[in-house]
Amino acid sequence: MTAVSIRGVSKQFRAGITALTGIDLDVEPGEFVSLIGPSGCGKSTLLRIIGDLVQPTAGTVEVNGKPANRARRDHDYGIVFQDAVLYDWRTVAKNISLPLELLRWSRGRRDARVDEMLELVELSAFAKHHPWQLSGGMQQRVAIARALSFSPSLLLMDEPFGALDEMTRERLNAELLRIWQDTRSTVVFVTHSIPEAVFLSTRVVVMSARPGRIANVVDVGLPQPRTNATREEPRFFELVTQVREHLIASGAPLGDTSTPTLVEEPA
Amino acid sequence: MSAIAVERPGANRGLGALVRGVVRAVALVAGLALLWGLWEGYRWLGMRGQWTWPFPVNETTMPHIHTVLRAFDQPLQPGGPPLRHYLFHYALFTGKEALAGFALGALIGFMLAVVLAHSVLLRRGLLPYIVISQTVPLLAIAPMVVVGLGTKGVQPWVGVAVIAAYLTFFPVAINTLRGLLSPDPRAVELMRSYAAGRSKVLWRLRVPASMPFVFSALKISATASVIGAIIGETPASLQGGLGYAIVNFNQYYSIQPANLWATIIVCALLGIVFFLAVVVVERLVLKRAPENFA
Repeated sequence: MTAVSIRGVSKQFRAGITALTGIDLDVEPGEFVSLIGPSGCGKSTLLRIIGDLVQPTAGTVEVNGKPANRARRDHDYGIVFQDAVLYDWRTVAKNISLPLELLRWSRGRRDARVDEMLELVELSAFAKHHPWQLSGGMQQRVAIARALSFSPSLLLMDEPFGALDEMTRERLNAELLRIWQDTRSTVVFVTHSIPEAVFLSTRVVVMSARPGRIANVVDVGLPQPRTNATREEPRFFELVTQVREHLIASGAPLGDTSTPTLVEEPA
Repeated sequence: MSAIAVERPGANRGLGALVRGVVRAVALVAGLALLWGLWEGYRWLGMRGQWTWPFPVNETTMPHIHTVLRAFDQPLQPGGPPLRHYLFHYALFTGKEALAGFALGALIGFMLAVVLAHSVLLRRGLLPYIVISQTVPLLAIAPMVVVGLGTKGVQPWVGVAVIAAYLTFFPVAINTLRGLLSPDPRAVELMRSYAAGRSKVLWRLRVPASMPFVFSALKISATASVIGAIIGETPASLQGGLGYAIVNFNQYYSIQPANLWATIIVCALLGIVFFLAVVVVERLVLKRAPENFA
């Protein structure tokens, strides 16, 4: 059974703008798929359509063999945004347990899982802190812990590290890969950064803008586990170049794609 | 944000808190001294220069502050209890009305905001009338409400509380509505991703997010409810409260101006007590970034 199955999805916004057209994509369980493309190519919209947060104008989306709406109601996925979107009035631990409360887990089960999650993202010492006492990178790790707390099989990530500095981003990339392998989950990851997409993914989906569609799919055969040494391998650079060329061929403005931009809803 | 912005809460308490406390006390005393100086200074200049504009300055229009303070200790009638005894009981009476009105108004304002937050149509339709409600002259409707409710067998002080609630609900409704609508669209999306229904979005996200807004409103409403209670008493000739005392002492102003000024001070103190009570509750309830405290 495919983790995500997208068939003929199009999305038109009311203003007559075509955000997406004719999208077909299958994501197999355990895959790490990145969506990359210039601003306005609809990659965030596609992610939201998978999550049933935006309705497609045409086409169907299935998650774990179920319609997207059913999958959302079954809590089949966790989502992470560019901003951590933590609740200020809750401590780190309470933020992570929010979905568990909504799922009516018992107190004891919640506490045990929160401890586990804090360990996973290496923030056990900060359980009682409030979000505003943490750095941006730490906040994003809390958001990841929250998304994974109820063990969804699918993790949707919308430029989760786009607002972070390069050093923090690379560290969190490595951490995310470790978590992905520990939890055996499927990840769909939206990004602006070519090296990030290549480093993380098993497949990179290159999208073009206006109208947003899939221009190319690049299989990343880099061996697991990937480390900082991976970033220095010739094969890594070849793949980065390959993705970049696909982006340019698909009409992306040159030099604009490797730096994170804040065009879509700045924090 | 710095690299690792982790401060241990409470690490800075102790000496820092002591210093802040002393600074606050000094500022308070200095503020009062400044007010005293301005009053007495203006009085001295006005009496020397025999100013007649905007009002003639004399013993009646501007009694000495120490005369006003001494009035608290002097008996209202020969052999009777001192003024402060009366004012204390008046303040309790008015305070009870204001508190009931505050609670009622805050509850109504909050519930109204919750309803309005869920419907654009209701917001469009109802909000103008809510604004208009505050443009109605309170002095005109206060006697109608108090007397009107009185004919239905309602205690007069309850009628006054309704007037206080009328002033209280408005800031609470407007600010709470803003607070309920304040969460980031992605925070709402997050709740939807968990398939959370309306009531869960309301209680887990919108209501907690609205709390700073609610408390700003409650601070405004706390003093407004005291004013509402005083105004409510006045035209309804309800005896026993500060509004009554103001009307009463007004009539004897030319003989004993200090009594009215003393009453004004008590009114102000009552308002401050209400305000501070809200501040204390806010500190206990709200746990968030320091910059979010008003």
